Amino acid sequence: MVEVLSEPAGRGSYSGALLEVEDLHVEFHTRQGVAKAVNGVTYSVNPGETLAVLGESGSGKSVTAQTIMGILDMPPGRIAGGQIRFRGVDILKLPEDQRRRIRGEGIAMVFQDALSALNPVFPVGWQIAEMFRIHRGSSRSDAKKKAVELMDRVRIPGARDRVNDFPHQFSGGMRQRIMIAMAIALDPEILIADEPTTALDVTVQAQIMGLLAELQRDSNMGLILITHDLGVVADVADKIAVMYGGRIVETAPVHDLYANPAHPYSKGLLESIPRVDLKGQELYAIKGMPPNLLDMPSGCAFHPRCPYRREDCATAVPPLYPISGSRGSACHYWREVVDGSR
Amino acid sequence: MAPAEPILQVRDLVKHFPLTQGILFKRQIGAIKAVDGVSFDLHRGETLGVVGESGCGKSTLAKVMMALERPTSGSVMVNGKDITKAKGAELKRMRRNIQMVMQDPYTSLNPRMTVGDIIGEPFEIHSEVVPKGDRRKRVQELLDVVGLNPDHINRYPHQFSGGQRQRIGIARGLALQPEIIICDEPVSALDVSIQAQVMNLLDRLQKEFNLAYIFIAHDLSVVRHISDRVAVMYLGKIVELGGDNQIYERPSHPYTQALLSAVPVPNPEGREARQRIILQGDPPSPANPPSGCRFRTRCWKAQDICAKEEPLLQIRPGTDHPSACHFAEALDVVHSQS
Repeated sequence: MVEVLSEPAGRGSYSGALLEVEDLHVEFHTRQGVAKAVNGVTYSVNPGETLAVLGESGSGKSVTAQTIMGILDMPPGRIAGGQIRFRGVDILKLPEDQRRRIRGEGIAMVFQDALSALNPVFPVGWQIAEMFRIHRGSSRSDAKKKAVELMDRVRIPGARDRVNDFPHQFSGGMRQRIMIAMAIALDPEILIADEPTTALDVTVQAQIMGLLAELQRDSNMGLILITHDLGVVADVADKIAVMYGGRIVETAPVHDLYANPAHPYSKGLLESIPRVDLKGQELYAIKGMPPNLLDMPSGCAFHPRCPYRREDCATAVPPLYPISGSRGSACHYWREVVDGSR
Repeated sequence: MAPAEPILQVRDLVKHFPLTQGILFKRQIGAIKAVDGVSFDLHRGETLGVVGESGCGKSTLAKVMMALERPTSGSVMVNGKDITKAKGAELKRMRRNIQMVMQDPYTSLNPRMTVGDIIGEPFEIHSEVVPKGDRRKRVQELLDVVGLNPDHINRYPHQFSGGQRQRIGIARGLALQPEIIICDEPVSALDVSIQAQVMNLLDRLQKEFNLAYIFIAHDLSVVRHISDRVAVMYLGKIVELGGDNQIYERPSHPYTQALLSAVPVPNPEGREARQRIILQGDPPSPANPPSGCRFRTRCWKAQDICAKEEPLLQIRPGTDHPSACHFAEALDVVHSQS
């Protein structure tokens, strides 16, 4: 690590993965106790690659993203261990002014709810232009010109006339485009999209996902797509990390996971999608409910809901067993899951 | 299904919300045409799915059917009686028969009331349904029916998870033994692994009590799973109405086709080859809908006639179910993709 750290963090100077999260632990100290939101998450993203992080609310997918961005509220949050390496440099150890440079220029983020992420009392053009004024020291008129260009790039009709409009004057889809414009303003190498289309209608969702794919192609960004929608993942992802109870329970190239899931949780999720040929029958439902972060089940966090569980699941935490290539499953009995015997 | 007398008949239902200007002397300067001429039937034990984008009038339609809003015109006949014209004791009696399950189980339950009080509240309002002494027992039965522990009757909503809270909402909807339940996005606020549980519960209750559902949702695969018939709404109008296979396999209205084609398929195989119909722009404002066909501003088939003449919801040549498009043509968008 030493030789890497001494290198200047310029573009193209590092040969490993662009962004690596390794064994990250994040916890929240609350009045009820310590909530372990992230318990040893490891993943990596390369330029031009799309990693989908799939999980339900409380699985730790957004907390991981917020930690990467450095926007976690601390306290109550606390990084209890692990590294986040951007171009080989552990950004968790960097001083705030350097992290601030990475934020926006290196790694940028699109949030789920654009209406609450945008400032309601400033025009959208001003908010986009802020990126150039603060990070690049551009003059107001230059920055505004660039904001119009960006609004054009994310296909906001009549960008020149709408640059002085306020967020509430835009529709949900257009607001999300503005968020994307702000995120790509400084040509980041990694874009984190946290449920970017969850609040949108399907026809608008298709527009936004198309726009993200296009921007990614043009600039060869690495994209981390955080979502709970199995359909969206199947459409755009190259590889998937499935999260449950603050851990990655399965990681796989997208085709492998859908064809043959290796963890009971991913398998259950895929089976609970309503299917045409099974209409009228009862849907497969994962029993029980997501774990309470303040009181995690012992051993494998999924074991109380798992149809494959045996006695040792309640005691031994399964590591991420390598299956083949980049595939891994955190289940003691992944072979049975893959074989489909229950 | 036996084509019995429909339990619910909606005819030419219109709900306009006035737009006013001025503080002291309000002048009406226009109207939001939230629901603009909707007609359909609902039979006993049947599920009608209603799909459409936000702002298309789905939820306003639900409110008018519940008699929470008075319609501008049109009628909602429940068992042959018009609920929109009912008043006083008669309205109260009719409301017993049509209940609602709300979208958000976090805001639709009063946090200061126990579960027993929440589910028992309908009995306070309609005191003739269950005598006072039996109410607690009845609430416990309801908890059991929706799969919750009857001993939890004294707990508060915050002690339950999202899926369990939605079960409480469903138990409240069942309390008065209605024949119709309107479900307004009942699973969209829930986690994926919990959605299937609640869908199965709704399905089981329908069979057990022969309920008729109006199932409003934006998730098309969920709607298909539970519905017998589906109505597709766009800007306050039904643009296509048919059996679930008719709508999903042979959609004939361009909007339905675009909507179905926009839904991501949870299968990565062959995704590069998928042809998508991606609509441009957003739906127009319901305050000033386009002339003629309301979809024409985003439609790739639009011609001059679409701006002049409003297409009626009717069966057209080459289709087997009603479609409000001059150029309706069945097209299998789901299978041609996968």
